[in-house]
Amino acid sequence: MKRVEDPRLVRGIGTYTDDLRLPGLLHAAILRSPHAHARVKRIDASAAQAMPGVVGVFTGKDVNDACGAVPCAAAIPALKAPRHTVLAGDRVYFVGHAVAVVVATDPYSARDAVEAIEVDYDPLPVVVNPEEAAKSGSALTHPDLGTNVAFSQTVAGGGDIEAAFRNADRIITHRLYHQRLTPMPIEPRAVVASYHRGEQALTLWTSTQIPHLLRTLLPGMLNIPEPKLRIVAPEVGGGFGAKLNVYAEEALVAHLAMRLNAPVKWIESRRENAMSTIHGRDQIGDYEVAVKNDGTILGIKSRTIADIGAYNQLLTPMVPTLTGLVLTGCYKIPAVKIDLTAVYTHKMATDAYRGAGRPEATYLIERLMDVVANELKIDRLAIRTKHFPAPSEFPFATACGLTYDSGDYFGSLAKAKQLANWDALVAARDAARRGGKLAGIGVSTYVEICAMGPSKAMPAGGWEWGCVRMEISGKVTVITGVTPHGQGQETSFAQIVGDRLGVPIEDVIVMKGDTAVAHYGRDTYGSRGTAVGGTAIVMCVDKIIAKAKKLAAHLFETLDEHVVFARGIFSAPGVSTRTIPWGELAAEAYIAKNLPAGLEPGLEASSFYEPENFTFPFGAHVCAVEIDRDTGRVAITKYVAVDDCGTQINPLLVEGQVQGGIAQSIGQALFEQTIYDENGQLLTGEFMDYPIPRAVDIPEYVLGSTVTPSPVNPLGVKGVGEAGTIGATPAIANAVLDALQPLGVVHLDLPLTPERVWRAINATVTV
Amino acid sequence: MPILVRLRVNDTPTQHLVEPRVLLVHYLRDLCGLTGTHVGCETSICGACTVLVDGKAVKSCTMFAVQADGSEVTTVEGLATDAALHPVQQGFWECHGLQCGYCTPGMIMASVQLLARHASPTRDQIANGLRGNLCRCTGYTHILDAVQYAAPAVAQAAAGKAVARV
Repeated sequence: MKRVEDPRLVRGIGTYTDDLRLPGLLHAAILRSPHAHARVKRIDASAAQAMPGVVGVFTGKDVNDACGAVPCAAAIPALKAPRHTVLAGDRVYFVGHAVAVVVATDPYSARDAVEAIEVDYDPLPVVVNPEEAAKSGSALTHPDLGTNVAFSQTVAGGGDIEAAFRNADRIITHRLYHQRLTPMPIEPRAVVASYHRGEQALTLWTSTQIPHLLRTLLPGMLNIPEPKLRIVAPEVGGGFGAKLNVYAEEALVAHLAMRLNAPVKWIESRRENAMSTIHGRDQIGDYEVAVKNDGTILGIKSRTIADIGAYNQLLTPMVPTLTGLVLTGCYKIPAVKIDLTAVYTHKMATDAYRGAGRPEATYLIERLMDVVANELKIDRLAIRTKHFPAPSEFPFATACGLTYDSGDYFGSLAKAKQLANWDALVAARDAARRGGKLAGIGVSTYVEICAMGPSKAMPAGGWEWGCVRMEISGKVTVITGVTPHGQGQETSFAQIVGDRLGVPIEDVIVMKGDTAVAHYGRDTYGSRGTAVGGTAIVMCVDKIIAKAKKLAAHLFETLDEHVVFARGIFSAPGVSTRTIPWGELAAEAYIAKNLPAGLEPGLEASSFYEPENFTFPFGAHVCAVEIDRDTGRVAITKYVAVDDCGTQINPLLVEGQVQGGIAQSIGQALFEQTIYDENGQLLTGEFMDYPIPRAVDIPEYVLGSTVTPSPVNPLGVKGVGEAGTIGATPAIANAVLDALQPLGVVHLDLPLTPERVWRAINATVTV
Repeated sequence: MPILVRLRVNDTPTQHLVEPRVLLVHYLRDLCGLTGTHVGCETSICGACTVLVDGKAVKSCTMFAVQADGSEVTTVEGLATDAALHPVQQGFWECHGLQCGYCTPGMIMASVQLLARHASPTRDQIANGLRGNLCRCTGYTHILDAVQYAAPAVAQAAAGKAVARV
């Protein structure tokens, strides 16, 4: 069904943060470091301060004490972390590091004044290569820290890994780089803060995925207690993890509003977004697979270095550890040893970007499966299915320490093959090759972990809160602690509630994104909105129905167990011919003239839902490509995706999530990379240099799904927000490498740009 | 030195004194209060700021308000009537052609121009016509669906009216 969100959005009358107008609003603009590492010797803001419209210019010494440190919520044992102040102190550590802020009466004057601030920098040695940074004797990203290593961790799981390696017929080694990416939501970050001096209450509107987590974490920065803090996420123009964070600018703008006793707005430019909003991925490593000649995989050893940038943002060090959780993918691989080292470099911090650690794992294992298959001359599909667990083997415990809830990997691969017309596809590829073309087919069978998650495994609680209220009128208010920003829960939650209560969907209004309305929540990321947030809502609906039955029983003058509720109507068959609809019951509940003893008035319920496990969506993607020899350009000639996200509440929305996720994978596979040069200069600071896919870059998809309900929640929902981005990148990469394999190319790192592919083709051509 | 700029925006006369360097997008958003037109970049690539100036799609972040002096400007807010959405808006709604909605006004305005030029475009023509509009959420497939959905209704409206609205 169509979304209830859309009428306002297609009319352009939704309110995003920059659309807010407040009386007396001031505008902030930030001066950012042009150096990757430098001492800040002197800041002279006198010219800036004198410019028309300028209310004030502030630097680290003015604001850092009042704003506190930008928090990292990831609990990593023995993490060595630099203190992350809101503005730079006496040093800057990455290009884009915020150094000073101007506040002015209009945004143009603020930007003018930023350019008038004079800063004397003393450039210092720059650290940009993570493998070099990990070595002792390297120049230091943070000299005061004494090391570039944020943390090191070794995880061994399953069986005896050394025995596995001794028993192997061969050890196949591989090296790959999972490139750094920039999330690039089309709406850059924006913050508006307003402080009521009398009430000592702060309201912060911010383009965020996490208003509730901000409400938990900002008090530690600003010294404002939670009851005096209201965080609102207005319409948010895309997040993808980039807005799952506590940013220095949020505390800074709040502080300025308090300090200046006026509301303050800050919006970032696209370049600022590229420089100072979190980046994704960036893992490089060496991998060893112990195999038998028949293709049996006995174990995997993984040594990865994660380049996490200069500072820890909210979940920075945790993200690379998620890779180890699903490293064995869909496969029964009995033993793993995962060595992870996270290093600081003079770059923007990495953090969770759509998939957060799982795309890295899936890309790795799916490339390894192809590499191993090619080395052993075994069919790439056969080596996969050889290691699939059967559906009856679920719940399935992996060597990485997880228990997958439900799955049918054979089923999704079979369906993907069928939709792809597999035999004909292979025949077409082979025919194209005989005709001299570079044609390839790639497959990815993936599983991912989402619906974050059991609180034991989450930094600040993984539950979700919800409230459902039957109003006197019979309309229903749903309040959720998740914060959709395009995912459509205003619609899907209305569907869930309308369906269960027997109320027309138009009569169910979903509220979200405002901590004054839902005081607690754990927001939207990790594909948790429906699986976790939706279940909290279901719990509320069940409570309301239970209470309503008691009230109805009283009105029917009968026992609770004689009351039947069906399709929005209460009846007591055999006892009364009367039926009671919600409107009448709600009126009784609130006007309260005739309530049974012990029953509180009202008809609302709230619930905290604690999930007992994550969920594990899975799927199979098939991709066929043809490469133009002269340009290296990759054309996707067929793309089939079969994804299983469990029960689908709204199939149109599911399709949208899969399509959007695959598009980001196409970007990663073929176009995108965040590039810093040897001086730490960001070379990909605008859409001109960081090409996200356009409509012309997207093939026609064939989308299918299987439905394997999750046993973890009553909706049977697994989650689908990230699956496309996790499953698709390896399918495309494997297709391109399959196309190049006849030339003897074994591996190429991403992105498979025309230049990179062309060079690989021409490196193998003898003239 | 401020210059008086007079535009008709969505059939309403406006006039404001602006510095010459004020971008058309800011004139529309801040002075006219029409915040449906969005800013997503500063290199005129993303297209979130697309409006129609004298019937032609323009990236309003790359045009000064003074350059538009005397023009008719249509923003997304000018498409629907009280009674109904514009067929392109309806198409985006029917086909789930938006998720976060931020690129959507620009995408819709570019689609309006596309359909004014091609009454029955192929999917390739639509994709090419929307090269100047970036979306990070949808992956574009439903956007192409939306424009195809809207095409017949737009063609019908254009044929049936004595004076085309846009």
